[in-house]
Amino acid sequence: MSWKVLIVAEHDGAKLNVSTAKCVTCALGVAGAEISVAVCAVDAAAVAAQAARLSGVSGVLAVENPANQHALAAVLAPQLVALSGPFTHVFGPSTTFGKDLMARVAGLLGAAQVSDIMAIESPTRFRRPIYAGNAILTVEAAGDGKIVGTVRMASFEAAGPAATPAPVEKVAVSAQLPAHTRFVSVSAARSDRPDLQTAARVISGGRALGSAEGFKILYSLAGKLGAAVGASRAAVDAGYAPNEMQVGQTGKIIAPELYVAVGISGAIQHLTGIKDARTIVAINKDAEAPIFEVADFGLVGDLFQIIPEIERLI
Amino acid sequence: MRRILVGIKRVVDYNVRIRVKPDGSGVVTDGVKLSINPFDEIALEEALRIKERGGAEEVVVATVGPADCQQQLRTALAMGADRAVLVQADGVVEPLAAARALLKLVEREQPLLVILGKQAIDDDNGQTGQVLAALWNRPQATYASKLELGPSSARVTREVDAGLETLEVDLPAVVTTDLRLNEPRYVKLPDIMKAKKKPLDTVALAALGVEQRQQLKLVRFEPPPQRQKGIRVKDAAELVEALRKKGLL
Ligand SMILES: Cc1cc2nc3c(=O)[nH]c(=O)nc-3n(C[C@H](O)[C@H](O)[C@H](O)COP(=O)(O)OP(=O)(O)OC[C@H]3O[C@@H](n4cnc5c(N)ncnc54)[C@H](O)[C@@H]3O)c2cc1C
Ligand SMILES: Cc1cc2nc3c(=O)[nH]c(=O)nc-3n(C[C@H](O)[C@H](O)[C@H](O)COP(=O)(O)OP(=O)(O)OC[C@H]3O[C@@H](n4cnc5c(N)ncnc54)[C@H](O)[C@@H]3O)c2cc1C
Repeated sequence: MSWKVLIVAEHDGAKLNVSTAKCVTCALGVAGAEISVAVCAVDAAAVAAQAARLSGVSGVLAVENPANQHALAAVLAPQLVALSGPFTHVFGPSTTFGKDLMARVAGLLGAAQVSDIMAIESPTRFRRPIYAGNAILTVEAAGDGKIVGTVRMASFEAAGPAATPAPVEKVAVSAQLPAHTRFVSVSAARSDRPDLQTAARVISGGRALGSAEGFKILYSLAGKLGAAVGASRAAVDAGYAPNEMQVGQTGKIIAPELYVAVGISGAIQHLTGIKDARTIVAINKDAEAPIFEVADFGLVGDLFQIIPEIERLI
Repeated sequence: MRRILVGIKRVVDYNVRIRVKPDGSGVVTDGVKLSINPFDEIALEEALRIKERGGAEEVVVATVGPADCQQQLRTALAMGADRAVLVQADGVVEPLAAARALLKLVEREQPLLVILGKQAIDDDNGQTGQVLAALWNRPQATYASKLELGPSSARVTREVDAGLETLEVDLPAVVTTDLRLNEPRYVKLPDIMKAKKKPLDTVALAALGVEQRQQLKLVRFEPPPQRQKGIRVKDAAELVEALRKKGLL
């Protein structure tokens, strides 16, 4: 059996998202597979060139269509299905982009999807977390149809640069694209702080910060450390921090070198998001808080005293 | 009739600490508290609010699962759903089979909106809504944190990695819920009594013509690797010192 993996590129029209390079590393786990990257865009040249320079990629398929202005799952899925013919696996990132899209692709293909692949044991055997990461399940696909997968970002490093770029091929796909779904707007994300999902250091705040104002002491410390800022669900629900900062089962799953949980109790849904952090620091006034069970360094005390003090010391 | 169909999945309650069986064949579910998937409570709450505002006339809840999922459907009826359908199936129902079953109900009920959870907190697949939308060839708006329903379209604000994205979708459509869409109501005792009289139909999965083929074999369950318990530091200075030593500052 020769395996061929198609990876769906995530991009903003100009820049390839690092999630794609992580998918490539994951796909390398499919022994002997030939790896292609699909770039669906209005003008694919810039992104396709970036994808072609990822080590492990043997070809890039560029699909250009004005309908690809915004990444709409209903519009992208039929194009990917049209491209998927020769491929045994179709992978995308387990980001909101990929989760939204890949299951629609799987539905159109009538294929099984393996969500949140964290390891590949064989071309048909995968490990994935279930129950908020409280159990790891190994699944085996029958192998008689295509396998669709989403790749858990915290489990794979990004593929490095290739010595020579892979060829880029422009392909025209004949697929009926629906007009029933229309993009309206997206809130501008702040770009002056490191990206939560790729930052080496992350400082997160919980309900204890008490207000959006309270979060400022974290932004200040984070600024000094070059760290990204995250939040617990309670902090986001209360409006102290925007939704894209939520870390956990239903927020972002991250794997920084250093994670500092400030005024966060350590509910399992939150811990799911930080299981792969290299070092966890917990600052909490309650010595019994469950966060201390997973922390490498725990400090019991009032965050409003401790955080400014740390900032002074570094 | 303007009807909303809501998917209800029974899951292990989110407060339960899951344990993997020693033989790796599954997780311990005996005697464990089972509840409606939290995202589905949010889906139902949204449907009820739409109905209360006059945007819909009927809310139907549906589950694909074993007979005793009736209990969760009764809870949904007590919350305010008008009718319930149990598509009875024992054993593993993969998202594709669940979506195929829901599609059969969609064909029967002709809803203008199907609201599902963005993920079930047990298997964490997060697929069913998108698969249903694909099979139905209709729009999907996943991870909704705001839903405005018009006569023939809906405006949905979605929680995405970048922030908040707004889409406009023609009806009928599939919407999946995120946590901040609403806060579900509590069930009141008199409503539980009233719910006993509401219609709950049962149909076998096979009778709908849906094949329960399992495409993914469950090979092995394992507990996740445990983190080593760390150390306590006494103050900020000691913490900064310890992090410096590890090369983290
Ligand atoms: C389906 C579902 C999905 C969920 N998904 C997520 C998710 O993705 N991410 C997530 O985070 N949560 C999630 N949750 C919520 C989760 O269960 C917790 O409710 C939440 O994480 C609690 O947030 P918190 O730790 O900030 O608040 P709390 O639990 O209220 O903890 C606040 C902590 O701050 C400490 N504290 C108070 N004052 C101070 C002070 N001055 N100095 C130091 N410490 C102080 C307290 O001792 C306490 O430990 C989910 C829940 C459900 C049901
Ligand atoms: C390890 C494991 C063990 C399992 N064991 C069993 C078992 O013992 N018995 C059994 O019946 N099934 C079992 N299943 C199947 C499982 O319960 C789900 O029905 C199926 O995997 C759908 O995936 P999901 O719930 O993660 O869907 P998701 O795609 O995460 O669900 C999203 C939303 O879709 C809707 N939805 C999903 N499934 C249903 C449904 N069945 N009915 C109504 N709405 C639904 C809900 O609104 C839900 O919020 C098992 C699956 C796994 C992976």
